Amino acid sequence: MEQGTHHILSVLVENKFGVLTRVAGLFARRGYNIFSLAVSPTEDERYSRMTILVDGESAPIEQVTRQLNKLIPVISISELSAADAVERELMLVTIVAGQDARSQATELAAIFEAKILDVGYESMTLMVAGQPEKLDAMTDLLEPFGIVELQRTGRIALPKLSRQSSKLRVVKPGSA
Amino acid sequence: MKLTGAQALIKSLEMEGTEVMFGLPGGAILPVYDPLIESSIRHILVRHEQGAGHMAEGYAHATGRPGVAMVTSGPAATNIVTPLADAYLDSIPLVVITGQVPLSVIGTDAFQECDTIGITMPVTKHNWLVTDPQEIPRIVREAFHVATTGRPGPVLIDFPKDIANQMMDWGWPELVDLPGYKPNLKGHPKQIKDAARLMSEAKRPVIYAGGGILKARAAEALLELAELTGIPVVTTLMARGAFPDRHELCLGMPGMHGNYTAITAIQRSDLLIALGSRFDDRVTGKVDGFAPDAKIIHVDIDPAELGKVRRPDVPIVGDCKNIIERLVKAVVADRAKHDWADISPWMETVRGWQRDFPLQYEQFEDGPLKPQFCIEAIRDHTPTDTIVASGVGQHQMWTSQHWRFDHPYTWVNSGGLGTMGFAIPAAIGAKVGRPDRTVWAIDGDGCFQMTAQELVTASAERIPIKVAILNNAYLGMVRQWQHLFYEERYSEVYLSPDLPDYVKWAEAMGCIAFRVDSPEDVVPTIEKANEIDDRPVVIDFRTDASENVYPMVPVGHSNDDVIVGPPAGEGSR
Ligand SMILES: Cc1ncc(C[n+]2csc(CCOP(=O)(O)OP(=O)(O)O)c2C)c(N)n1
Ligand SMILES: [Mg+2]
Repeated sequence: MEQGTHHILSVLVENKFGVLTRVAGLFARRGYNIFSLAVSPTEDERYSRMTILVDGESAPIEQVTRQLNKLIPVISISELSAADAVERELMLVTIVAGQDARSQATELAAIFEAKILDVGYESMTLMVAGQPEKLDAMTDLLEPFGIVELQRTGRIALPKLSRQSSKLRVVKPGSA
Repeated sequence: MKLTGAQALIKSLEMEGTEVMFGLPGGAILPVYDPLIESSIRHILVRHEQGAGHMAEGYAHATGRPGVAMVTSGPAATNIVTPLADAYLDSIPLVVITGQVPLSVIGTDAFQECDTIGITMPVTKHNWLVTDPQEIPRIVREAFHVATTGRPGPVLIDFPKDIANQMMDWGWPELVDLPGYKPNLKGHPKQIKDAARLMSEAKRPVIYAGGGILKARAAEALLELAELTGIPVVTTLMARGAFPDRHELCLGMPGMHGNYTAITAIQRSDLLIALGSRFDDRVTGKVDGFAPDAKIIHVDIDPAELGKVRRPDVPIVGDCKNIIERLVKAVVADRAKHDWADISPWMETVRGWQRDFPLQYEQFEDGPLKPQFCIEAIRDHTPTDTIVASGVGQHQMWTSQHWRFDHPYTWVNSGGLGTMGFAIPAAIGAKVGRPDRTVWAIDGDGCFQMTAQELVTASAERIPIKVAILNNAYLGMVRQWQHLFYEERYSEVYLSPDLPDYVKWAEAMGCIAFRVDSPEDVVPTIEKANEIDDRPVVIDFRTDASENVYPMVPVGHSNDDVIVGPPAGEGSR
């Protein structure tokens, strides 16, 4: 996905069962495309935060947020444009790395500030956090080793601080 | 005070002012039916759960109060999905309670278990699974609050059997606390001012009134705004009665089967004032070609409606009644400062259309019975505040076109979902809510066969509704499309005029029934029906199968392509 074609919605929801289904169901029903979704607890245990990356092409973002706002367990929605957010993602990847490839892989890991989590006879597992593009780049470079398994968490994002007051658009309560 | 969950549920419903509920018991909801015996709530035992849902809708349509229905789990819950979807699209406040298998066995494919919460999530404004008897009063309060405030809609409470049997400490919550639910009723003062300005500049303005007017109980406010500004009003299928048809500023219904003037006034307008309407595809036709020169003022309580279909120039989120009342003030203030555009040439153009393109049909003395003639005869032989319910199809469009709706809350129909079988149960619900009113169901023969069994309910409960079946022996609306768009290749639309025998069937269900074949019997039979007030009456009108609904905007076309009437030779004499 190219930088900037997506919107990041930071959605504060009630921490109750079924809320994820309500949100996901709404997206499916109305034909909105989710690129990634991360759900996490917040500093207040009554709430969780969903960070949803929405395809800006599949629907006007304003419709998406207004429909989301109609869900009763949705407390508030902040919309971040990619330019106004710091985004990070975590990746775990297991690559083929026997004796002869191990030092090369370790070098690459160091360049990307990745951590080596586990080492086996024929493979090793790395962890790397960073901007999504960095994870893409690292994935490309790991490809020649042979990727056994790979998982990414999906992005989480917060507004860039210098612009927070002006650019963080709180879109609840609903107004036109 | 200690109560069982079942007692707490019934008591909570009473606390919310429930006077009547529609339902049918079964295994999972059994414990709740026991304390119902002592309750002040009247329960109406239906013959199918779909009937319970539509009755609750009819009740809500006619009274403005939330309709309440209660059914058991599994198949009963799935039977009530259609009314939920219907109420969701037409923004009808419903509170539906479904039994559920005990919490302890949820997820084990227990007998009559189904995922009611999951199934009804897309067709309710919100739903709740009760997991602790202590939560019952709070959930019931929240349910009524959510159903009736903001944009109204159906809600559902799924009630596990073990919760019904457990004990709880009774307490009624003073307040509803839903941090994620705060409907904005007020509207922005600047936008209201801007709207008044646009209204003052417009040379060809039209008010496009939708069902939101009725939901907000804003009919009087609308009348005041229209009379103050002289701007003509179209009323959508959901808003029939929101502005009196007899009023000289009323242009009637726009849309696919609207009248020429309403459709064309919108098309030629330079300002469209959308009040509680949602630019439904049945109104807009091809969106690109809809009211191409019009600026848009859009007032709605649901922010998601603003810009969903057409981007408004002045969007106003708020309650229609409140906003219209403030618009009236803003208009008066604006007029004190500015000149207003003269709209009399526009009104003359509009009057010209009304003169040249009235609704038309012809009833020949010895010809086949025309459905429009039957509708007008009923209209002219009932009180003006008669409540009319309809099914879905040609008869629905003819009723909306030919009835004269002079009072709000007299038209009960299924607009958004287009649910065949709506009329009979909805009419029953409306009559329960308004026993002082005459209630007619104008139904199709196809629709009648979907929910007719509720006439047994009506007979048993002595709910004296009147039913006119416009029996054209066809799934008429589908036949019409096959006639117009499939070269008269009729596929699976013939029903037969006398299978079933509607008169015998109605009599078997405890009704008085008549059959009418010829024009001269229409009025005398209606008068006979009017005299019966202790049980339901059914009239089987044998109508002309070849009659089609006009005007018509073919689907996918712009409203400019409206076909005013049948080509020469269509229909029988
Ligand atoms: C439950 C349901 N099934 C199918 C349809 C599609 N449909 C719309 S109108 C219609 C025909 C209705 O026939 P009838 O009740 O006889 O009314 P008429 O059009 O003949 O007046 C059908 C099948 C529908 N709207 N609802
Ligand atoms: Mg028919």
